[in-house]
Amino acid sequence: MSEVKFSKEHEWITLEGDVATIGITKHATEMLGDIVFAELPEKGSNVKKDGTAGVVESTKAASDVYTPVSGEVVDTNQAIVDDPSKINEDPEGSAWFFKLKMKDQSEMDSLMNKEEYDKFAKESAS
Amino acid sequence: MEIKKTSLNKLHQSNNAKFVEFAGYEMPIQYSKGIIEEHKFTRSHSGIFDVSHMGQLFIYGDESLTEELEKIFPLDLKNLKLNCSKYSFLMNEDAGIYDDLIITKIEEGYLIILNAACKDKDFEILSNLLGSKFKMNLDNNRSLIAIQGPKSVEILNSIINGVDQLNFMTGNWFDSDYQKLFVTRSGYTGEDGFEISISNDKAEKFVENLIQKGAQLIGLGARDTLRLEAGLCLYGHELDINKTPVEANLRWAISKSRLSNGGFIGSKKIMNQMQDGASQIRVGIKPEGRLIAREKTKIFDDTDTQIGEITSGTFGPSVNGPIAMGYVDKEFSKVDTKILLEVRGKKHPANVCTLPFYKKNYVKGVN
Repeated sequence: MSEVKFSKEHEWITLEGDVATIGITKHATEMLGDIVFAELPEKGSNVKKDGTAGVVESTKAASDVYTPVSGEVVDTNQAIVDDPSKINEDPEGSAWFFKLKMKDQSEMDSLMNKEEYDKFAKESAS
Repeated sequence: MEIKKTSLNKLHQSNNAKFVEFAGYEMPIQYSKGIIEEHKFTRSHSGIFDVSHMGQLFIYGDESLTEELEKIFPLDLKNLKLNCSKYSFLMNEDAGIYDDLIITKIEEGYLIILNAACKDKDFEILSNLLGSKFKMNLDNNRSLIAIQGPKSVEILNSIINGVDQLNFMTGNWFDSDYQKLFVTRSGYTGEDGFEISISNDKAEKFVENLIQKGAQLIGLGARDTLRLEAGLCLYGHELDINKTPVEANLRWAISKSRLSNGGFIGSKKIMNQMQDGASQIRVGIKPEGRLIAREKTKIFDDTDTQIGEITSGTFGPSVNGPIAMGYVDKEFSKVDTKILLEVRGKKHPANVCTLPFYKKNYVKGVN
């Protein structure tokens, strides 16, 4: 599996072969608070880099989930739809959102690594 | 304008509060545990709420004050006993609501608790209506602390002996280590609890004592989910100047004895609406599934006609599902009516339901 990369919209992404797994970061869940609703893209649909690919709602507000890369949705995580509190519990592990079959892996290049993201998150939070 | 802070601001900070601006005040939206845990803790134990931003208006006067206030509020104040409280409204001539409030008869007059965002305007309106005959004091030297939830009576009584003898919607002055406190058995969470009016310089120590006894600080976020589960209105959402108490389904708060003769501001409109019904009415709404319909969500019937709008919507932690309140045309206000909510461009099914979403635990008849 590839190194974990991060987007400015607070998504994380890993790549295995040509399939990317995408979720939201721990920092994002801390900003959102208790997540009580998740909506995921439909399997078989195509999503575009930086476009919306779902919604999460906390007790406070709704937020769009963006996809950091383009591709065809090949799998979604029904467990987080059935129990959205799992997203707060394990955001960067078992609570992934969706998997994409990527066409252009160079889209990964512009994303941040862990160190860069941690710095970005710290700065954007203050 | 500089943001205002309550006398508990430092205590909120040291308890890792996340702050928001609310009605010109820096208020805690939540603490480190988060809204859902704070909500559940209040329902099972005891939550402390800083509501010092709300207005505490003391009006002093003799019998003639009661007469003057009856020209303003739709209440039978002549028969309101000492230390008893009533929920009411300040209205305009069209029965539009300037504010909702709690009024308590005290020895020298009345104490009225007002919403933070409305209190200055309320003071101006009441000053104009009452003239200079009565002493009015919108008291900034007192904090207001609410303690809510099943363990609150035990905790508070260990600090202020005798509060366990208060009935719901009554109050009294108590002497304690924290000087003279005015305590009412009331609140806005659907739980048994109290509101304590205390001088600003004593408030922090008092709340620290409550925390030592096992209560926890709760933010405005959980206060909102708690009141919504309890089916209670929030000014600026369910209530505003374009809504009347009849439309808001709050006719229970209007004293029956005042309906035959009227004589209070807005009485004509109220009496007409009581007779003919209002065209729109506030209802409880339960979306099917987990979908949350927020404020301003449009409500439709099955023919694509808009029939209303959501005024508050969230996830109810004790109900463990989405809940909402809103206004619908009266023919759609019956319980179990199927309606559609437009969220992110799609229409989702929901049902009109009875309020509250969560059953209340108020204490009645201690004595």
